Amino acid sequence: MPILVLLVAGCALPLLGDSYMGVIGTRACIYWVLVAGLNLVVGFAGQIAIGWVALLTLGAYVTAVFTAGTVVPEQSPYVALVLAAVLCAVFGLIVGLPALRLRTFYFAMTTLGFATIVTQIALAWKSVTGGGIGVPGPVFPWPFDSPWGFYFFCLGLAIVFTWMTTNVAASRFGRSLVAIRDAEVAAESVGISKPALLVTIFLFSGALAGIAGGLFASLQSYITPDAFTFDLSVLFFIAILIGGRGSILGPLLGTIILTALPEFAAPLVAWSTFLYAALLLVIVLVVPGGIAELLDFKNRRPLEQHRQIRPRPDLVSSVIADARPSSVLVVDNVSLAFGGVRAIDGLSLEVRSGEVHGLIGPNGSGKTTTLNAISGYYAPQQGQILLDGKALPPRAPHGRAAYRIARTFQTPRLVGEESVLENVMLGGTTDGRSSFVEAMLALPRHHGDEKVLTEAAMTALAVVGLEQLAPVRADRLQHSELRFVEIARALMLRPSFLLLDEPAAGLSAEEIKRLGDLIVAISRRGTGVLLVEHHADLIFDICDRVTVLNLGKELASGTPAEIRAHQEVINAYLGA
Amino acid sequence: MLESIISHGLALGAVYALIGITYNVMFAASRVFSFTAGMVGMLGGVLGALFINRMGMPVIVGFVLTLASGAVIGIVTEILTVRPVLKSLDQHLYVLSTLAFALMIQQLTAIEWSTEPQPFPRLLPIGRGIFDQQFWLPMLACALVIFGLEWLYRRTLIGRAFLAIAEDSYAARALGLPEQRLRMASYALAGVIATLAGFSSGEMMLAYFGNGPLLNFYGFVPVALGGMGSNRGAVVGGIALGLFQQSASVLVGGIFASVAVFVVFIIVLLARPEGLAGAATARRV
Repeated sequence: MPILVLLVAGCALPLLGDSYMGVIGTRACIYWVLVAGLNLVVGFAGQIAIGWVALLTLGAYVTAVFTAGTVVPEQSPYVALVLAAVLCAVFGLIVGLPALRLRTFYFAMTTLGFATIVTQIALAWKSVTGGGIGVPGPVFPWPFDSPWGFYFFCLGLAIVFTWMTTNVAASRFGRSLVAIRDAEVAAESVGISKPALLVTIFLFSGALAGIAGGLFASLQSYITPDAFTFDLSVLFFIAILIGGRGSILGPLLGTIILTALPEFAAPLVAWSTFLYAALLLVIVLVVPGGIAELLDFKNRRPLEQHRQIRPRPDLVSSVIADARPSSVLVVDNVSLAFGGVRAIDGLSLEVRSGEVHGLIGPNGSGKTTTLNAISGYYAPQQGQILLDGKALPPRAPHGRAAYRIARTFQTPRLVGEESVLENVMLGGTTDGRSSFVEAMLALPRHHGDEKVLTEAAMTALAVVGLEQLAPVRADRLQHSELRFVEIARALMLRPSFLLLDEPAAGLSAEEIKRLGDLIVAISRRGTGVLLVEHHADLIFDICDRVTVLNLGKELASGTPAEIRAHQEVINAYLGA
Repeated sequence: MLESIISHGLALGAVYALIGITYNVMFAASRVFSFTAGMVGMLGGVLGALFINRMGMPVIVGFVLTLASGAVIGIVTEILTVRPVLKSLDQHLYVLSTLAFALMIQQLTAIEWSTEPQPFPRLLPIGRGIFDQQFWLPMLACALVIFGLEWLYRRTLIGRAFLAIAEDSYAARALGLPEQRLRMASYALAGVIATLAGFSSGEMMLAYFGNGPLLNFYGFVPVALGGMGSNRGAVVGGIALGLFQQSASVLVGGIFASVAVFVVFIIVLLARPEGLAGAATARRV
């Protein structure tokens, strides 16, 4: 709705009859073309890319040089613009690649370094860029050769790219990006491959920056390296953060405000970057959510107090429609040490379809480490994890979802800024069939995916008894509710094996009982459940078999009755 | 030519090493890298020129005032941009808050001082040619800082408290160490080291606001390659970087030097994100 208002305002701008307003409007559109792409990198994926002006520079020079025809045969401005987009997509990938390996500050530094280098090269490579003298920018043919014509060209592109990024943001790709940002470990567990996703986003964002560069060159009519100051990078970056992470409207407003503000307060022009920086500091310290958070009225409505979680085990069969095929997950003589500490020491166990297998033991006995080895976060130094006799690759947590191995975490790992429904839909990421391009263009297959995922997620939420909370931001939920949201997310995978890490911690006695019924119902659909728990009652009530760990080794294993009578287990763990 | 490469390169390397140490001192106290490191380094030159050239103060007074300003800015950095975001370290808000503060410093300098490089006063009436003071002063400053820090960390109680915070701030607090005050002290110390770098290299690099981002980047390269927190890595890396850059810019041109440094930086980090001498990353799950 606010976007429609902006759209009308954008189209009505020429009615003011002020040509300078047209220049400002054109500039805002061009900046937004770049920011729209960068927003997916910074706002959604949370990668601190502060040197994006490098790609604007590159796009501007590529377009200018190809249309000038001094170095290469002269091209039409449209061809040059496409060339700029392609080249900048590749360069976006090169600038972005370090993000796959490096921590935030390091990545920020590399993009900063890149921005410096590109300007230096533009200055030095005189034969192509004209050095400090510069090159003329491209002129687009009729009807875009007049100022207002060019304005509508830029506005049209801005609208198209807004539409595209909005589609991406609302697709499973957008949700996955935010998951990488806020809950990377959980993102891997549902099968999101960070490298593949970031590569796509850097290509897309680079292409948009290249197009913005070409338009910028045309607007400037003559470009020199001076035109691409680092201040521009700051503007792009800060527009996103002022607007709010994970929003499209917020950064759009941010871009318009930052572009227009200095124009209406002439004495401020020199101070504009200083003010942007000060604004950034205030935003980070006071409203980390930015404009988008201020506009989010929906999530300020109070929630019902004293909520009860009432799972519906009878609905499990509608989530896991086909009973899971018979299968067996084997931990075969696995050892894993951290430094000198042997967290697991030659552990073997077997989880079969349709069974609930309890894993208990004192703190530090290696229970969670076992789960982490199974789900691929750690590579065992010895032994292996086998699924139906085939070894699962170590250190490939994002590959586990394809084997339909789902898990929950000891501390719930959810995306606090997204709704409960979106969090649960994340669990079905691997079942999405549409490609990134289909999602971006909102093609039918993408709509099909969204429909299927939404329905499945609502059913999964109904199973855990939280469907009323579907539209609520996840960070507003109680701790016990978060545990059930995680279970719903795991159910989206229709798991063959479900690893639960202390799901009953922090739950009331009544809730624990209901949780037990739910777990049993899930296992009856053929899912093998590996349950790490401290509540002995729950374990002995619902488990088919139990393994007791102590100091990383198996102390005992057998049926609950056998374990309860096992003298060593009583001494080491259960107590008399 | 060789002499000039060596003297100039060593001097440049010493400045990078000092900025690298600045990063490390702040990192040790708070697990935070701050974009202010290079900016405060730049201020060392600008403030020196301001106090001595523009305001006509004696060299020694200007020197002390510059370092004191560095300490104050360090403390402000800690209070304003680091302390409020420390509790949510995993959200990396410090990258944004310190970047914002660094940009404010840079812009303020550009507006209130000048956007053109300004001359820096000659500090001592001695030394010419390749033994010019503009070359050996940064090296001397670097050596002083290294030995000073070594003495501080090994021989004094407060230095050991710094180390304790760096090693395990949680345990250090449990022992009753005033973590917050020690962190402020570390930031003040970092500010002093950075302004010392800028002041001692003022004649070579001039009082120029554009030095800030340069020092930020080239000071960080040795830290990243040498492994964060390692002062030895910062010094070795910084001097190697200075020598390489100087020889490359004399032999094949400055652009090539910048590009080469950047490419090496990226490749090494991609191959070994923890740095050439650093330890592997911590557990995530």
